[in-house]
Amino acid sequence: MTNHWVDIKNTDLAIIMGGNAAEAHPCGFKWVTEALEYRKAKLIVVDPRFTRSAAIADVYAPIRVGTDIAFLGGVINYLLSNNKIHQEYVKAYTNAPFLIKEEFAFNDGYFSGYDAEKRTYDKTSWGYQLGTDGYAMIDESLENPRCVYQLMKTHFSRYTPEMVNQICGTPKDKFLQVCELIGSTATPARVMTILYALGWTQHSVGSQNIRTMAMIQLLLGNMGRSGGGVNALRGHANVQGITDMCAYSEVLPGYLSAPTDADDTREKYTAARTPKPLRPNQMNFPQNFSKWHVSLQKAWFGDHATKENDYAYDLTPKRDGAYDVLAIFERMYQGRVNGFISQGMNPLAALPNKKKLTAALSKLKYLVIIDPLRTETGEFWKNYGDSNNVKPEDIKTEVIMLPANCVHEEAGSFTSSGRVAQWHWAAAEPPGEARIDREIIGSLFMKLREMYAKDGGKFPDPIMKITWNYANPLVPSAEELLREISGRALTDVVDPKDKTKVLARAGEQLPGFGMLQDDGSTACGNWLYCGSWSQAGNLTARRDSNDPGGLGNNLTWGYSWPANRRVLYNRAGADPSGKPWDAKRGGIRWDGTRWVGIDVPDIAPTLGPDSGAGPFIMTNEGVARLFAPALNEGPFPEHYEPFETPIGTNPLHPKVVSNPVARVFKGDMESFGKSEQFPYAATTYRLTEHMHFWTKNVESNAIVQPAQFVEIGEKLAKAKGIGNGDEVKVTSNRGEIRAKAVVTRRVADLTCNGKEVLTVGIPIHWGFIGVAKSGFLANTLTPYVADANSQTPEYKAFLVNIEKA
Amino acid sequence: MPSMQSLDVQLRSATTTASPQVRIAEQEVAKLIDISKCIGCKACQVACMQWNDLRDDIGTTVGVYDNPIDLTDQSWTVMRFAEVARDDGSMEWLIRKDGCMHCEDPGCLKACPAPGAIVKYANGIVDFISENCIGCGYCIAGCPFDIPRISKKDNKAYKCSLCSDRVAVGLAPACVKTCPTGALQFGTKTDMVARGEKRVVDLKERGFQQAGLYNPQGVGGTHVMYVLQHADRPGLYNNLPTDPTISPWVSLWKGIAKPLMALTLGVAALGAFFHYVTRGPKEVDESADSGERTVTRHDRGA
Repeated sequence: MTNHWVDIKNTDLAIIMGGNAAEAHPCGFKWVTEALEYRKAKLIVVDPRFTRSAAIADVYAPIRVGTDIAFLGGVINYLLSNNKIHQEYVKAYTNAPFLIKEEFAFNDGYFSGYDAEKRTYDKTSWGYQLGTDGYAMIDESLENPRCVYQLMKTHFSRYTPEMVNQICGTPKDKFLQVCELIGSTATPARVMTILYALGWTQHSVGSQNIRTMAMIQLLLGNMGRSGGGVNALRGHANVQGITDMCAYSEVLPGYLSAPTDADDTREKYTAARTPKPLRPNQMNFPQNFSKWHVSLQKAWFGDHATKENDYAYDLTPKRDGAYDVLAIFERMYQGRVNGFISQGMNPLAALPNKKKLTAALSKLKYLVIIDPLRTETGEFWKNYGDSNNVKPEDIKTEVIMLPANCVHEEAGSFTSSGRVAQWHWAAAEPPGEARIDREIIGSLFMKLREMYAKDGGKFPDPIMKITWNYANPLVPSAEELLREISGRALTDVVDPKDKTKVLARAGEQLPGFGMLQDDGSTACGNWLYCGSWSQAGNLTARRDSNDPGGLGNNLTWGYSWPANRRVLYNRAGADPSGKPWDAKRGGIRWDGTRWVGIDVPDIAPTLGPDSGAGPFIMTNEGVARLFAPALNEGPFPEHYEPFETPIGTNPLHPKVVSNPVARVFKGDMESFGKSEQFPYAATTYRLTEHMHFWTKNVESNAIVQPAQFVEIGEKLAKAKGIGNGDEVKVTSNRGEIRAKAVVTRRVADLTCNGKEVLTVGIPIHWGFIGVAKSGFLANTLTPYVADANSQTPEYKAFLVNIEKA
Repeated sequence: MPSMQSLDVQLRSATTTASPQVRIAEQEVAKLIDISKCIGCKACQVACMQWNDLRDDIGTTVGVYDNPIDLTDQSWTVMRFAEVARDDGSMEWLIRKDGCMHCEDPGCLKACPAPGAIVKYANGIVDFISENCIGCGYCIAGCPFDIPRISKKDNKAYKCSLCSDRVAVGLAPACVKTCPTGALQFGTKTDMVARGEKRVVDLKERGFQQAGLYNPQGVGGTHVMYVLQHADRPGLYNNLPTDPTISPWVSLWKGIAKPLMALTLGVAALGAFFHYVTRGPKEVDESADSGERTVTRHDRGA
């Protein structure tokens, strides 16, 4: 979330799209109900289903699965055509006035620079026109035909309400009603928030779905404002924390892009990640990349990381290819992985195309499961009848189960969707032989180090030289780890402007990332969390609900990264002169000498309005990007159909149907189904009674939602002779599941591109293990293809057939 | 629940003993269920199970989100989901938390022949005192909302106690405590009526012209009230009665049949006593169980 949970109460209009907050985040959803009751806010829900969120919404608009960009592109077209934009904000805080290279073009579904063979773009033409001073050229009148604003107008002019209806199936009047409400927040007096979740990410165009809404919020001037922002509601309680810590292979802690084979020296690695300013006087905050990275290397390798050895740069692995989860399982499928440790994850249930996953797991030599619960992955080799019809005798994989603790059986910090890290204390001991995860990993590490010490090995250095100074090396404590993540001074840190002034003494915990250095004097495990455990102690453990501004920022409750800031880009919540757009909902303001207010300023505290510094300090332009070359599909979002499309074409450009740069592994293209054989649009989702694949192990959850079902509309039920509660068989080109039918008018029957599109809704929570009624893994059906930026699989839009079982 | 000395009993089934009157008047309490804020998450159902140590069977899906499908001795509250079509082709999903309404004039208590099996406290909560229950099921006939359920396990009637044990020590009922959206509120009846009326104003502003507070006077008002978007049509909410009243048969039973029945019961009890003295305790249960069970559970409309 750019804003945070409590801040939702400050909104005038909440839109829930690409998510179902009431269903998946019922506790956070209370802030929506607060806004409705106390601010008289309105709630819009756009979804293929009339959801629990829709149950209390003011407006519900149906949409076909996988067509969100078309809908939102239509909103952009409406805002631009009807001048429902926040002019001053757009001019000052976005790259709308920036001039784009003459070579940039968009024709028939492709942006300039496409390489069909490699399925990638050469992005050279997607850039600004640069002046002789090296800075991007701009036209403040927004009239130059090459400025972003004009290019955008042209690009989105195709997304008329009629086209939205044709692609999405959304009735024109409903669409326009939504547009009008959204457009009403273009004034400084009104603000809108968007709440989304996996309904946007889990598409082959996931990142662009979110980006399209980010553009809308920028056009409306809603970024950086209380009650505004683009708010990702995370799917698990601490998944924000796990992404911040980057416990996956593509990035290092704090979202630092991990080195690749091409980055053979630290110099090269750092240079490629340290952007040069594109406008004068900008903060260009990522210019500090080297400080964050060196401090991380110092946290990891301590005295072994020296200036002379480039801070042990050679000890961290370099990526030789993709290491996202689909790429890992593709390697496994190809027999190129020997062992797999699955800690707190149930990939057989959670990843797409169970058949392929089972084949992949069967090729492993060993599989280690670290989990508090029995999981389907741990028993992938066992025959559970139709739910898991495998032959154990043919599977040679050795499976080792290490029982771990549940989260409430250990202390630690928890980071909410709103970036607020809160300490929690152990409420119970892990039962039986279960050990806490830290002990399992600590013991495993110490054993490995012992073996390396004894036997040597090809490259023992990363294991032997890593810092492991914990009081009990077998069980590093949560407190020790948070202190390490937060960071400390290794030698005295002096003020660069006045060398006699010591900012932090050697050994002290650092107050924030502003103090990190790239000379080896500081160590920090994650620059974003720097200061969360300062000399004042563990700030995530604070529970002071003091709220001076009344907007719920609660600066003394827990610790919000970065720098305890509650609303990101809050400089943009004030006008260029430093006055809040809305005095009643102001975050920070310029008092003549510095930024003050009820939040931590998202700009240098004394960098005033006269400096010309823009509010988006993480870009090298200083402004937000309506035109963004970083994304792989194109600098503007474009509607592409799901890889399995029920209409079989793309009404905007029939020759380019689906995302032209999404990665498809060899053999997977053939696993996609066609609408002739699988005529129904399908989507997967959660129910509020369950948490992912965990709570099917919990009796009370099983009582309130006991058995697997799929949801279909009345038309489809009639066509197939399916009655309410009947057993049905749902098939995709990758497998089949059986479930009870829930026949409901909540699933929208739509007409898209002249064709009737009927939808099958598939809740995910069942499997062959647990106390709930045994069922089938929904991901038996889903396709093995993902978004081209984050590689998040397309669970939300695919094709199935359905029959009475 | 057993009788709580900190809550004064105002009415007691099949009893003529006077109620205690020494304490200062207790304020009447109420739970307000705001359907316009309810997302049907069932957290209240789970909280109810956990506080009251209840676990229903793990059932099945019959084609709706309602689970368990009906109130039982183990499920004292359930969510009932209703899909309602509007004239303009759109729809509403009305989700009603069902359970005891805690009537000011409780039909169950009136109908109950077992002394002290049903009580009404001075704060308005109607409670079943299980150890006094004889499992006759007359409370079901007396209830205009079809709430009590007889257990197959111990042949006693069960229903929501409004967490009288929690309320007695100044806590809100478990369901209210757990409700994430503020759809459930608990307080004095006066405050809850005021809050409900305020919500009605908001709903009218949002276009629900017939919004209203459901506090039916046919049973003297209730200590569980609903905020309805369509107060003119309570039936939309899974057959919530429009104008609930106590069945005339209950009055008849009270006026004529009850004295006769009481006599019969008295004889039975006397018989049981001699039985106990001569044969021991086990058979007493059997004789108590032999009471006629004429009331069957009403099936809910689809």
